[in-house]
Amino acid sequence: MDYMLTEEQIMIRDLARQVAEEKIVPVRAELDEQNKFPTDIMKAMGQADLMGLFIPEEYGGLGKKVLELCIAVEEISKACVGVSTSYAANALGTYPLLLYGTDEQKKKYLPDIATGKRLVAFGLTEANAGSDASGIQTTAKLDGNEYVLNGTKQWITNGIEAEIYTIVALTNRSKGPRGASAFVVEKGTPGFTFGKKENKMGIRASSTTELIFSDCRIPKENLIAKEGMGFIIAMKTLDSSRIGVGAQGVGVAQGAIDESIRFAKGRIQFGQPVTSFQAVQHILADMQTQTEAARALVYSVARAMDSGAKDFSRASAMAKLFATDTAMKVTTDAVQVMGGSGYMKEYPVEKMMRDAKILQIYEGTNQIQRNVIALDMIREVSRQK
Amino acid sequence: MNIIVMIKQVPDTSEVRISRETNTLIRDGVPSIINPYDMYAIEEAIRLREQHGGTVTAVTMGPPQATDALKHAVSMGVDNVVLLSDRAFAGADTWATSYALAKGIQKIGPFDLVIAGKQAIDGDTAQVGPETADMLGIPFVAYIRKIEKVEPGMMVVERLMDEGYDVVETTLPALITVVKEINQPRLPSLKGKMKAKNISVTTLTAVDLTADENKLGLKGSPTQVVKIFPPTPRGDREMLSGTIGEQLDTVAKKLKKQAII
Repeated sequence: MDYMLTEEQIMIRDLARQVAEEKIVPVRAELDEQNKFPTDIMKAMGQADLMGLFIPEEYGGLGKKVLELCIAVEEISKACVGVSTSYAANALGTYPLLLYGTDEQKKKYLPDIATGKRLVAFGLTEANAGSDASGIQTTAKLDGNEYVLNGTKQWITNGIEAEIYTIVALTNRSKGPRGASAFVVEKGTPGFTFGKKENKMGIRASSTTELIFSDCRIPKENLIAKEGMGFIIAMKTLDSSRIGVGAQGVGVAQGAIDESIRFAKGRIQFGQPVTSFQAVQHILADMQTQTEAARALVYSVARAMDSGAKDFSRASAMAKLFATDTAMKVTTDAVQVMGGSGYMKEYPVEKMMRDAKILQIYEGTNQIQRNVIALDMIREVSRQK
Repeated sequence: MNIIVMIKQVPDTSEVRISRETNTLIRDGVPSIINPYDMYAIEEAIRLREQHGGTVTAVTMGPPQATDALKHAVSMGVDNVVLLSDRAFAGADTWATSYALAKGIQKIGPFDLVIAGKQAIDGDTAQVGPETADMLGIPFVAYIRKIEKVEPGMMVVERLMDEGYDVVETTLPALITVVKEINQPRLPSLKGKMKAKNISVTTLTAVDLTADENKLGLKGSPTQVVKIFPPTPRGDREMLSGTIGEQLDTVAKKLKKQAII
């Protein structure tokens, strides 16, 4: 389908595809098998200007918007969702600065992020704060010119690999979510260490670790926006980045389709390629139709966001929900189409299926997305009365 | 540090076929690429600029479509590009090509270093590098696998040999040709691609080069092509893999199957 992409968007797609095919595909199985972070690939993406795609030109980026980022994420996800998770988490960690940072903070951090010199991680989740992000317990107490951080963040993508962290912590426990604030913390700050590195089912090329703050003192200037804005910053960040998870879903689904149809065409059973059987044809047709629908939804929500739509929570939740449920289904079907071969590590679809599962879980489970969508629908009806 | 990279646009040899009638390459529909060895030259030039400053200029001799190769060089980070293109250059052998390139390089202006790939994958002569250096009257070192040190007026390089390597010190300006061991060429960047889209490529003709017409193209080429023929196709072959023992087992099985032994 032709999505009427501009010449520049096609350039971005082609370059991301080249990175995926030349740098990611040859090593993805090894990264998966060895639980290895793709340091060289992240560097190559920095050199190709892909890390700074969404960062304004004045801070050394390309000044592109949501659709361009989605296009890049989709292409990288076609090859490996582990790598695209590391890539997208960098954007996630950058959004608090991009949306709420002062000019000084932006000048200090964004240029290094744009070139890929320093990676970013976003620290919200804790052991008791997953879907219910308001349950965070990490605290930040003002002491003179410094904030003192205490607490443990869990399952943080890019954990030990990042150098810049945007962290949400409570500055006023009694106010609950309204007492949360967001901060920038740099690697190497005394009192900031790393805990357990997770051993995951999929996206094993991405690094997932605990962040431990123990009397970690950071300068007062590292507060993002104002005290009490933490929860709003976190929600706006997730609102902005959620569409990227949808793009990951579209990418991995398309990657699985491309692999399975190529295999099926060459697989002879009962004297003919298995693609000549309607049973297989219909599965393939459904896979592509659903993926195309997911892509159309992701692109149109991205375009709405780029055109300045103010309230896009419901739309981006729908795109994330639909594209990632589709990814799970399509990657599972790809394994089915390839039969025993699909189940083997010799082919990439079993990895795609394992990788796809996280997309239904992270950055708001698909159940939480349904909550967001339904509540917004109900609110709209209430407003009409 | 001002660096000039000599590049060549070549047919992607993984897709080359020979016409049975004319015994020449079928160029139609065959994608053109930058000679892979020249990609290492471009990468090394960009790395040197990143360390020492200056500019990188890519030069090529070829038909107007060689512009694509130059634009690709820009997308990787080359600053300036020059195309030497003229009907008078057509049919040049390595000697006449080197003459035009040397003239072009002199025209580009002062430089500290010229880098090229060790050879092109179409002609495979490895002659244009040394001949150009000779015509420019500067030192030449072939098969560079590493640049160890660059200082004003001199550099130290490692030359790959059959067994081991030589460490060579040379004065600058010099011309070096590089091997694939030297680096890993980078991918294009988005900013580079955008620049490449809009860059106007300087084209120099024989007149611009104030070249002696008798030394250009077919006229200036001492090499005479007497006959072109494709090698007689060999019969079906099979490459065996595995340990020597496994390979011998396979051979024995195949011979038995055909009742030879």
